[in-house]
This record gives sequence, structure tokens and C-alpha cells, in this order.
Amino acid sequence: MSHIRSSQVGPGGRGQYDDRVTATALEVVDLVKRYGDRTAVDGLTFSVQPGTICALLGPNGAGKTSTVEVCEGFRTADGGTVRVLGQSPDAPSLRVKVGVMPQSGGGYPGMPAGELLRLMAAYHRNPLSPALLLERLGLLEVQKTAWRRLSGGQQQRLSLAMAVIGRPELVFLDEPTAGLDPQARRATWELLDALRRDGVTVLLTTHLMDEAEQLADHVVVIDHGRKVAEGSVEELTRGDGQVRFRGPVGLAMDVPGAVVTEDPAGSYLVEGIGQSDVPALLAGVTAWCALQGVLVSDLRAGRSLEDVFLHLTGTEVRT
Amino acid sequence: MTWEAGALTPAPEAAPRRAMLKAQTLAELRLTVRNGEQVLLNLIIPLGLLTVLAKVPFVSIDGSRIAFAVPGVLALAVMSSAFTGQAIATGFERYYGVLKRLGATPLPRSTLLLAKTLAVLTVEVLQLGAICALGLALGWNPQANVVGALLLIALGTAAFSGLGLLLGGTLRGLTSLAVANLLWFVLMALGGVVFPLRETGAGAQVLQYLPTAALSDGLRTLTQHGDLVGRDVLTLAVWSVLALGAAARAFRWE
Repeated sequence: MSHIRSSQVGPGGRGQYDDRVTATALEVVDLVKRYGDRTAVDGLTFSVQPGTICALLGPNGAGKTSTVEVCEGFRTADGGTVRVLGQSPDAPSLRVKVGVMPQSGGGYPGMPAGELLRLMAAYHRNPLSPALLLERLGLLEVQKTAWRRLSGGQQQRLSLAMAVIGRPELVFLDEPTAGLDPQARRATWELLDALRRDGVTVLLTTHLMDEAEQLADHVVVIDHGRKVAEGSVEELTRGDGQVRFRGPVGLAMDVPGAVVTEDPAGSYLVEGIGQSDVPALLAGVTAWCALQGVLVSDLRAGRSLEDVFLHLTGTEVRT
Repeated sequence: MTWEAGALTPAPEAAPRRAMLKAQTLAELRLTVRNGEQVLLNLIIPLGLLTVLAKVPFVSIDGSRIAFAVPGVLALAVMSSAFTGQAIATGFERYYGVLKRLGATPLPRSTLLLAKTLAVLTVEVLQLGAICALGLALGWNPQANVVGALLLIALGTAAFSGLGLLLGGTLRGLTSLAVANLLWFVLMALGGVVFPLRETGAGAQVLQYLPTAALSDGLRTLTQHGDLVGRDVLTLAVWSVLALGAAARAFRWE
């Protein structure tokens, strides 16, 4: 059956690999993962299209790592199905096609950074240049430093380099920018952008809103092992007839055709009444501020992903 | 500093297995050679012990002191690299998540284990070369039964590797380190390396079945009289089968 189906796929597909033409890159259906009595992933369903970046967004303990580790073949699912490039996650051929960056660890403690990356390169026939990756990720100065003596951020970047060096079709990145300084984060984002541009599929986990907003084509928000929202950043943050900004506490703002509320202190929401459109609301806000001599910041139309995220997952602090 | 278009286009393909084996073996060897503790354990201590045993008469030995010392130190060296070194390295590799991560690369596990074996054998060649050279310089005059010696050393390596992988594959990094070093010391003390087993009296009946004792006494009889003792060969063979079997069963990659 599958032979017939794949032979019917005509020319003009977008990728050079059959499975990228015929299937989604990653398909997770009703995934369940339990540890004893605790259910870490509770019936999660989502898919990732080839050549896109998907962000699994959620607070600590939401089930992000468990989900990714099942996809990577490190853990077995207690229910549901996962197909990676059309195959079961433990299929040996995936070890060649898929790059993996675990949340931490993974380097020989005594091996220098450059040597570790060159060793990973030696497992592949067409690897990226280790020297180029070290340079682009700001690791040239530490290439002779043993893994255990690298800082957390340096280990993160080296681990990312190890995940992509084999020119994979699909990469799984578990919190790729956790603990990175802004420059290193920028370098990581540039690499992920370039991966997508060149047709690589990326699934990353993050609890950083701006990371998902910057990078992801598709965001899956999860909490307590369940999907609470899914869509493009635009879809998730669309807020018709709304404008938000920050300003001094206790402004008595008056915008024609709109209701202004302050919650929490210093954060304002301007909601249009009836037909008022966003440009009109923005004009109303800025006009009032100019008149009153008030300085506001973070003026934006619609909702930020952070608003959506906190709305969906609550503001209670997780451990 | 941007990535040029097409620089990251997928081209996933595993390297030829021989290339992986070569890279992995060299990497494992470099790790061993660079690790000061391993060099101490594998080379400095055996060579120092050989010199002391040959020169300082702190135990009474029938016959030539050096003829007693060299085989015991050879057994100690095999135990150091195949057992202690592997147990410690494997324990830490698991602790640091290396083995788990390698499980997600194209490197087959069989190639990884073969590379580890080749690295141990290479270290042993260096150890045995240095020990024999020092022994000869100190007046050692062995019977030449190379085939018998290689058989004993190969079986000893298999037995100790199995025990090392069993320990490193089940215990946490630091626990594995502590237990491996302790066992190394106990097996050296009670395995006929520093003093003859008969000094332990009735205990010798039991201790002679320790892998260290079988290897050191086997090598001793062989180099002194040219005979291969069946009991020692059999003892090491049984240890090999049991240890490798248990390691294969109990080994955890993370």
C-alpha cells in the first residue's frame, strides 16, 4: 500500500527526500507519558511541517522535555503514536537524519570542545565544517578547553553545534538558549533561521516568549502535559480592537470610542467599543499622551505572546 | 556573519563504519593518555611497583625476585587498563550523558564497544612493552611462550573488561570510581601480585580463583617453566563468560 502511495507523488515536491514530500516531518498523536503515578504528557497531539520551526512553549514541568525525549527515541510512550519523518522514533535510520540537542550534558568530560565537535563530524559523511560552527557560535577561543571546564552557555552552544553538524533533516532542541547571554542567543537564532531557510525542520522547547515569537512558524502551548493552544504567532496574538502599553501608574486616560483599563498597575489595555479600528485607537492614545505630556512605552496593537501564555497557563509560579 | 544560502541544506549520511571506528578509537585513546590519573594507574604505579619488588626484599620469595615480580605486575597492568580504567571512564560517561547522546548519533553501539576494546588493547601493548623492557633491564630471563602468554592476557582482558563494564554500566560516576579503585587495591593485595598466594595460608585455596590471581600465577608458571596451567586458563575463561554476560544484561546507557 505504502509503495503505491509514494509512487503516486508526482514531481514538483518541495524537498529532495520522499518522506518530506509525502508526510509531515513530525506527527504526535494522543501522546501519553507517565512516570509512576505522575502523568507528564496527557494526550498531546500536534504536528510539524517540513522546513518549519515549531516551538513547544510551556512553563517548567509542563511536559516539554518528556515529549521531545519520546520523539528522540530516548523514552518510550505509554500511549499514542509518534512518527518522525514517517518512521517510528527508534528506527536506526533516524540516528543519521535527526540531530539531537538534550537539555544538558552529552560531552566527554575530559575532551576539548574542538575535538568533541570533530569527533561528532567523523560520524557523518557530509558534515558541516567544525571550524566554521565554532567560529559562528563564538567558541573558537575555547576549542582547546575540556567540556567540563566550559561555562553552561558554552556547553549549550557546543551541544547545538553537535546537533547540527551532520546536516540533519530534522533537529530536536531542548531549551537551546537557556542561560545564554544576548549575543550568544542572537547567534543561536541566526543559525536556527538559516536552518529553516535551507529546509531543515526544527522542533524546539522553550519557556521564553520572545524566542517563540522571534523564531517559530508554529507554536504549541502546553501545560500539565496537555495542549492549551496552538497556531502561528499571529493567530495566537491576534487581538482585534485592542491596544496595550505601559505608562505611569494611575493615568486617567480618555480615548474616544474606547474603554481604558489598568491591570496590573502601569499596564494599560485600550479596548475599542463597537467599530473602532486599531489605527484609530493608536491615534487616540498617542494624541492624549501628547496633549498631557505623558511618556508611555511598549505601545502595541493586539496581545503579546506573553499575554496569551499567562492567560492560558496562569500566573502562579512553577518549580 | 550570516550563513550563506544552502550552507545547511540537509545531506544526512553516515560515515563509513571503518572511519567511525578509527575516529572513535583515537578519541578514546587520547582521553586515556590525557588523563593523569589513568597514566598513573596504568603505567607509573606498575613500573614503580616492579622496581620496588625487584630491589627491596620485603617478602621472601623462592628463587629469582624479578621472575616473581614481572608476571604479577603484568597482571596488575591488565587489570588497571581493562578493569579500573574502563569502569571509571564508563561510569563518568554515563553520568555526563555521553553514552545517551552517542545513542542519537550514527555511531553504532557495536562500533563504540569495539573502539573501546581496541583502545584498551593499544594501551596494554604500551604497558606490557614498558614492563617487559624494564624487567629485562633488571635481569628478567623468561621462558618464551608467546602464544600462551597472549592467550592468558586476552582472556584476562576479556574478564576484566566485562567486570569493568558491569561496574561502570550500573553504578553512578563517583561510586564507580570509588568501587573500582578499592577493588583494584584489594585484587592487587590478594591476587598474588605483591606477595605469593601461599603466604595467605588456607585462603590461597579460594584466592587462586580470583581473576588477578589466575592471570598472575598463570603468567608466572608460564614465564618460569614454560607451562600453561589449565586451571588458570579455565578460571579466566569462566570469569570472562560470567562478567561479559552480566555486563551485557545489566549495562545501562544512561
